[in-house]
Amino acid sequence: MRNVTLAVAAIAVMVVTLTIVLISLITNATFANTISQITDKIDVSVFLQDSDTPAQTQQLISELKHLPNVKSLQYLTKAQALQQYEQQNAGNQQLQVAITETSNPLPATILIKPVNLNQIQDIKTFLTKPAIAALQSDQPSYSGDREVAINKITHATDVLRKIGIVTVVVFALICALIIFNTIQMAIFNRRDEISIQRLLGASTSYIRGPFVVESAIYGILSAVFSVLIVNSAFLASSGALQATSLGLLDINYANQYFDAHFWQFLALQLVLGIVLGAVSATIATRRYLKFKTK
Amino acid sequence: MILLDRVTKTYARDLGPALDRISLHVDPKEFVIVIGQSGAGKTTLLRLLTREERPTSGKIIIGGIDYDKLKDKDIPMLRRKIGVVFQDFKLLPNKNVFENVAYALEIVGVSNREIRHTVPKVLSIVNLKGKEKYMPLQLSGGEQQRVAIARAIVRQPRILIADEPTGNLDPKHAWDVIKVLERINRYGTTVLLTTHNQEIVNKLKRRVVTIRDGKITSDRANAGYNRA
Repeated sequence: MRNVTLAVAAIAVMVVTLTIVLISLITNATFANTISQITDKIDVSVFLQDSDTPAQTQQLISELKHLPNVKSLQYLTKAQALQQYEQQNAGNQQLQVAITETSNPLPATILIKPVNLNQIQDIKTFLTKPAIAALQSDQPSYSGDREVAINKITHATDVLRKIGIVTVVVFALICALIIFNTIQMAIFNRRDEISIQRLLGASTSYIRGPFVVESAIYGILSAVFSVLIVNSAFLASSGALQATSLGLLDINYANQYFDAHFWQFLALQLVLGIVLGAVSATIATRRYLKFKTK
Repeated sequence: MILLDRVTKTYARDLGPALDRISLHVDPKEFVIVIGQSGAGKTTLLRLLTREERPTSGKIIIGGIDYDKLKDKDIPMLRRKIGVVFQDFKLLPNKNVFENVAYALEIVGVSNREIRHTVPKVLSIVNLKGKEKYMPLQLSGGEQQRVAIARAIVRQPRILIADEPTGNLDPKHAWDVIKVLERINRYGTTVLLTTHNQEIVNKLKRRVVTIRDGKITSDRANAGYNRA
């Protein structure tokens, strides 16, 4: 390769492209994990009337179980609700005293875990039916603040995914253009040799081969670089900053995810790099080697 | 072997045709010299034979291959059957003599063993034994041209096309090259030679085809150089 500058440019842009791909994948997985963790904690609490009969309670539970968006539910009797409250507030003497002073003020409670947080509406609709509402001592709790957080993360993931796709496409195109240029220069530099090859009856693939191989090697180098860059970024963030999260992004998890899938990522990057290089080179040689006769 | 039937080649409409309804028949193992002024159409004729150009009209058949039916992807196969030698040699300057000749075999996937076996034989045919390690620029023009001939014949083509191979050479070296071409022709290869070297034409006493303004003006066996 005689044109070192162009080759370095081609590799650099390819590294950027592949690094964006890698970061997008890790970010995506990390957000998915954060959402599923929060989703796991969120639940809808239905507070029953003390006057409800066991039959009514059973009826309500079985109806709730049949709602499609209900993943699982748990029934707490008044005693169990008190027990849980005491456990949750074990450190707070005042609250404990406040509760035991009177008779147990806590209602029997049904805890519902929804399948999909974004479609909690059907549960709400069911719970606000007059017949069902009559069985409740209070408004159901939807852990409202968590819902907002989840919406935020879902939205952020969505936006980031879109930005990621657009950026990857743009950089892949820039990358292909630079490879085109690199190969155009290489073909120009070797034009005498190529014309001799043609007159001696070299096949198209024989002439094209070295260019495709060269670009595929750029792809391999870029893949290795991109994985190294992401790896050292994680080393730096965990070592120097002691950071565990960056806003909504859970760096610890991202790091674990990257480590756990290191070889898959490396393989993926290699495949992407080789394909990006080889395809660009094939198109470029098709364009610039002009195998047709006039 | 070589058949051209009313072949016309026009490069641009406002220029006249470079070749104007040329018909030519060359038998196997013939030695044909094509003469004519610069711009008469000699090079166009050869470029049509190697399929670097397509005719505007007319039919070309070489060794049973009808050029009308030849697809672009089959051109490499065609060129492997035709050896070509140029006025400017077209050797690869960064490869030595042996490598330049071996290159023609490497391109078509011949094994290294066979290359080591074949190349020295061909180099001895062109009288270049012992110069295997020389780089092209260390050789005289005549020697370089003989390397080019060796490269052209190493795959044993049935046709050898030589476009002004002596154009850049002094008389002694020119004659060395011509003697090599004659030897190759004796071994059974059809040779098509263009030149405007009178002395060579007169000495060779072969079939001479004269092209003038894109037309064949004479075609005579055992002929000498004739300006008319």
